Amino acid sequence: MTEHEVLRAENIAKGFGSVTALRDVSLRLEKGEVLGLIGDNGAGKSTLIKTITGFHRPDEGRLLLDGEETVLKSVSHAQSLGIQTVYQDLALVDDLSVYHNMFLNAEIVRKPFPFLNGRAMKEKTRQYLADIGVKIPSIDTEVAMLSGGQRQAIAVARAVYSDAKILLMDEPLAAMGAKEGAMILDLVQRLKDEGNVSIILIAHNYAHVFEVCDRVNVLQHGRITYDKNTGDTSVEELTELMVSEYRKARAGGEEE
Amino acid sequence: MAQTPPKNESQVETQKQSFGSRMVGTLLRRQEASIFVVAIILLVYFQASNAAFLSQGNLRNLGQFIAATAIIAVGLVMVMVLGEIDLSVGQTFAFAPIVMWIAYEQLLLVLPLAVIVGLLATAAIGLVNGTIRVYFGVPSFVVTLGMFFLLSGVNVTLVGGFPKTAPEASAIKSALGAYPYSGIIWCVVIVAFMHILLNHTRWGIHTFATGGNFTGARESGIKVDKIRVWNFALCSTLAGFAGILEAMRIDSIDPLAGGANTMFLAISAAVIGGTPLAGGVGTILGAFIGTLVLSVLQNGFTLQGVSAFTFNIILGVAVLVVMVLSVYIGRIRKGRKVT
Ligand SMILES: Nc1ncnc2c1ncn2[C@@H]1O[C@H](COP(=O)(O)OP(=O)(O)OP(=O)(O)O)[C@@H](O)[C@H]1O
Ligand SMILES: [Mg+2]
Repeated sequence: MTEHEVLRAENIAKGFGSVTALRDVSLRLEKGEVLGLIGDNGAGKSTLIKTITGFHRPDEGRLLLDGEETVLKSVSHAQSLGIQTVYQDLALVDDLSVYHNMFLNAEIVRKPFPFLNGRAMKEKTRQYLADIGVKIPSIDTEVAMLSGGQRQAIAVARAVYSDAKILLMDEPLAAMGAKEGAMILDLVQRLKDEGNVSIILIAHNYAHVFEVCDRVNVLQHGRITYDKNTGDTSVEELTELMVSEYRKARAGGEEE
Repeated sequence: MAQTPPKNESQVETQKQSFGSRMVGTLLRRQEASIFVVAIILLVYFQASNAAFLSQGNLRNLGQFIAATAIIAVGLVMVMVLGEIDLSVGQTFAFAPIVMWIAYEQLLLVLPLAVIVGLLATAAIGLVNGTIRVYFGVPSFVVTLGMFFLLSGVNVTLVGGFPKTAPEASAIKSALGAYPYSGIIWCVVIVAFMHILLNHTRWGIHTFATGGNFTGARESGIKVDKIRVWNFALCSTLAGFAGILEAMRIDSIDPLAGGANTMFLAISAAVIGGTPLAGGVGTILGAFIGTLVLSVLQNGFTLQGVSAFTFNIILGVAVLVVMVLSVYIGRIRKGRKVT
């Protein structure tokens, strides 16, 4: 299925002062593919996502979208190119209602007037949440009143229903119960079956990765150190890979 | 209740809440509601204790006093929702009519143009405030404190230290403050406009988002820098417009008009009305009602012969009580959080 590369990152480096989060990351994403991205805490997964979404400017390296080199000027620039993100911190505004958050920066207005169309946004919000199967007491309540899983559901729904070509999901299941987590995974599976969107999914639970991902990449020491189709590897192999890393580090024999 | 399809679930849930609990919820949520009750009580009290209170003459005074402060307060709300502050509004208030006067008397522009020049100058002040805040990372308290002193000096220097007379009578002048009710009419129009801007446009939602979760707003692709810079400009422009209305009304271009007193009064009105300085929360209508309450208090006391110092004490207590209450109510609300 190597037909079309929607995204390619080449030699991306990004540091924050003295901290080097990404050293030399190269990664590719094909059309309709779900790529699992795993790595230790602090490995730089979120930083990589935020670089692809236009939030961070890479210090070095380049991004290619549909084979064309692209410098992302801002998050809204990336959005206009079809890149949507579920951030690890969810990017919700606590003081705003559920439906305002659902349409944050994609608000529906009463054209040709610049006024918000609250009714349309509420209707669609209800529809999206029902579609996923997530229950939220009232879409008029402020997001601050919701549980962690409910908040995450809103962040996921917002990205998924925004007509994305590339969907970046940074631990979208972190706060989910088993049932809600399964719902989100089903949703990802559905998107995959439709084949219009390519997804990078960050997860710490390898079972989730194997459930929906076509391919898995491991990010370590600011580099992608492992790249295999999920069919060619296993939960055991990945676990072994990550833990052996830890053992080596504990033995103090780590070479840079 | 029969099993409903998931689509209607949220609607059903909403309807299940009783009317009473929704009312309480609204009162807790909407600080405007409680401050509005206070305003009504004050109106009734002062009318009962002094029949002249609701006389036409006094209402006119009250309206004039409310107009200037409310227009400034409403502009401040935009900045305060961002979690920022503008301490220079009192000086911007005096700056606008001075620039207008220079454009009119010295550059010999027609009055409408002169007014526009004055407003553009204040917008520029706001842009400078916002730009230093956003692109140089200086806290707005410090930036606008600097602007406060800078403009105090500039204002006096520009008019050579003495008040000037306002442009001679004209229809424009009447419309811009000289006609006794023009101030309050402008005020109502501006409050309505700003309420719609803050609550019913993308600009307003993005302002709330930027103030409530800066990183999140940026991650969502909101142009947070643009939002911040232009809200500073909007705040300054409104303060300048209030200054022009006031100058036309009192028929004098006074470099010492406005100042710290006006600024603190407008901030107090916004805070009492339900816009804490914390960011992410704010109400235009609340700021208007807050101004109403403070103006009624001040005016009512003046009629009763109570001194300005008493007013200050009451103002101070009111601000403190409101802040304590809003923190307290915030806790109650968090306590109701369903997790
Ligand atoms: N805005 C920032 N400023 C400074 N340092 C940062 C910033 N963002 C990330 N870092 C640093 O970059 C490194 C990578 O962080 P990142 O959030 O990308 O890790 P992660 O792989 O997503 O980890 P986790 O699994 O815990 O989410 C960390 O050392 C972190 O401290
Ligand atoms: Mg992360």
